Amino acid sequence: MAFLASLGRKTLNIFSTVGRAFLILVGAIVARPQPLKNTSLVIKQIYIVGVQSLLIIGVSGLFIGMVMALQGYTVLVDYGAEESLGPMVALSLIRELGPVVTALLFAGRAGSALTAEIGLMKATEQLSSLEMMAIDPLRRVIAPRFWAGVISMPMLALIFSAVGILGGHLVGVDWLGVDSGSYWSIMQSSVDFEEDVLNGVIKSFVFAVVVTWIAVFRGYDLIPTSEGISAATTQTVVHSSLAVLGLDFVLTALMFGTN
Amino acid sequence: MTSRKVEVGVGFFVALAFASLLMMALKVADQGVSGTGETYNLYAKFDNIGGLKPRSPIKVGGVVIGRVGDIHLDKEDFTPVVTLVISEEYRDFPDTSSVSILTSGLLGEQFVGFHPGFSFDGIETLNEGDYIADTKSALVLEDLIGQFLFSQNKDD
Repeated sequence: MAFLASLGRKTLNIFSTVGRAFLILVGAIVARPQPLKNTSLVIKQIYIVGVQSLLIIGVSGLFIGMVMALQGYTVLVDYGAEESLGPMVALSLIRELGPVVTALLFAGRAGSALTAEIGLMKATEQLSSLEMMAIDPLRRVIAPRFWAGVISMPMLALIFSAVGILGGHLVGVDWLGVDSGSYWSIMQSSVDFEEDVLNGVIKSFVFAVVVTWIAVFRGYDLIPTSEGISAATTQTVVHSSLAVLGLDFVLTALMFGTN
Repeated sequence: MTSRKVEVGVGFFVALAFASLLMMALKVADQGVSGTGETYNLYAKFDNIGGLKPRSPIKVGGVVIGRVGDIHLDKEDFTPVVTLVISEEYRDFPDTSSVSILTSGLLGEQFVGFHPGFSFDGIETLNEGDYIADTKSALVLEDLIGQFLFSQNKDD
C-alpha cells in the first residue's frame, strides 16, 4: 500500500512539474505578447546572456577548430587526403559541434546564472512583491530572459562555427601547410548553405528554447532556500546538457539520417 | 550611460553574428565569389576531366598559378571545356604548353598540371581566350584496370 502511494505521489509530481513548466512556457511566449513594451528589457538580457558569453564562445570555438584541424591532419595525411581538412572541420563544426557545444557552454555559463538569479528573486520574495504591485513576474522577469536566450544562442552558435573554421585554417593552412585554396574550395563544394548551415541554425534554435526554458523554469519553480537554489542550479546544468545531447541525436537523425 | 553600453554591446554582438552568417554563406558554403586580383582566361578541351571541380588549383611544377573557373560541355563535339583562370602575374606562356589533369596523392583531389612548352622565335604566347591544344585527360582507374585485363586476356 505504501509502495503504491509513493509510486502515485511520484507520478503526480512528475506530471504537475511538467504541467507547471508548460504553463511558464505558454505564459512567457503565447499569452502575453508585448514586443514593443519589453524591448529594452530583452536588450538588457541579451547583453547579459549573449554579449557576455562571447568571450567563452569565441575562445572555445577557436581552440576546438584548431584541435580538429590538428587531429584531422594526422589521420588524413596518411592517405594523402589532407586537402579534405577544410570540409571535415567545416561540416563537423556547422552540423554538430557548433550548436551542441554552444548549447552546453550556454547552459553552464548563462543557464545556471538565470536559474540562480530568478531563484534568489523568489527566495527574497521579489517575485511576490511584483505580484503585489500588480506586475506579472512572468511578463516582467521570465519572458525577457527567455527571449534573450532564444535570440542569443543561434547567433552564438554561428559565431562559434565561424571562429572554429578560422582556427582550423590557422592550424591547417598556416602551420601544417595545407593549400589555402584547397581548404576553402573543397569546403565550398561540400558545404551546402541550406542543407548544412540552415539546419545547424535550426538545431541551435531548438537547443536555445530547451536550455532557456529549463533554466527559467528551474529558477521559477525552486524551493526558496539556499539549498533549493543550489539544487536547482545543478539541475539546470544537468538536465539541459542531457536534453541537448538527446535532442541532438533525434534532430541529426531527422535532418541528415535519411540520405 | 549603462544603457548606452548595453546597446553598443548588443549591436556589436548582432553585427558579429551577421558577419559569421555572411562568412558561412559566401566563404564556407557554395555561393562564393571567386578569385582576387587580376586574372586572364585560357581554355582547354579534355576527353575526360575525371573529378576536376571548379576552383581546383592549376599548378606549374607544384606552384599554384590559378584556379579552374567554369567547366561545361562543348555543344558541338560534346567534349568538356575547362576555363583556366590564371593570375595576371604569370603571363607569356608559349603556345606549345600542355595541360594535364593530375591527382595529388593516391586519393587526393584533382588539379590541373600546366607544363610550359619550349619558347623560341616564331612561337606565339598564350593570351586571353586562347585554347590550349595539347591536353591529357584525367587518369580513370576503372579504364586502367579494364585495359590491363584486356591485355592480359590477349596474352593467353
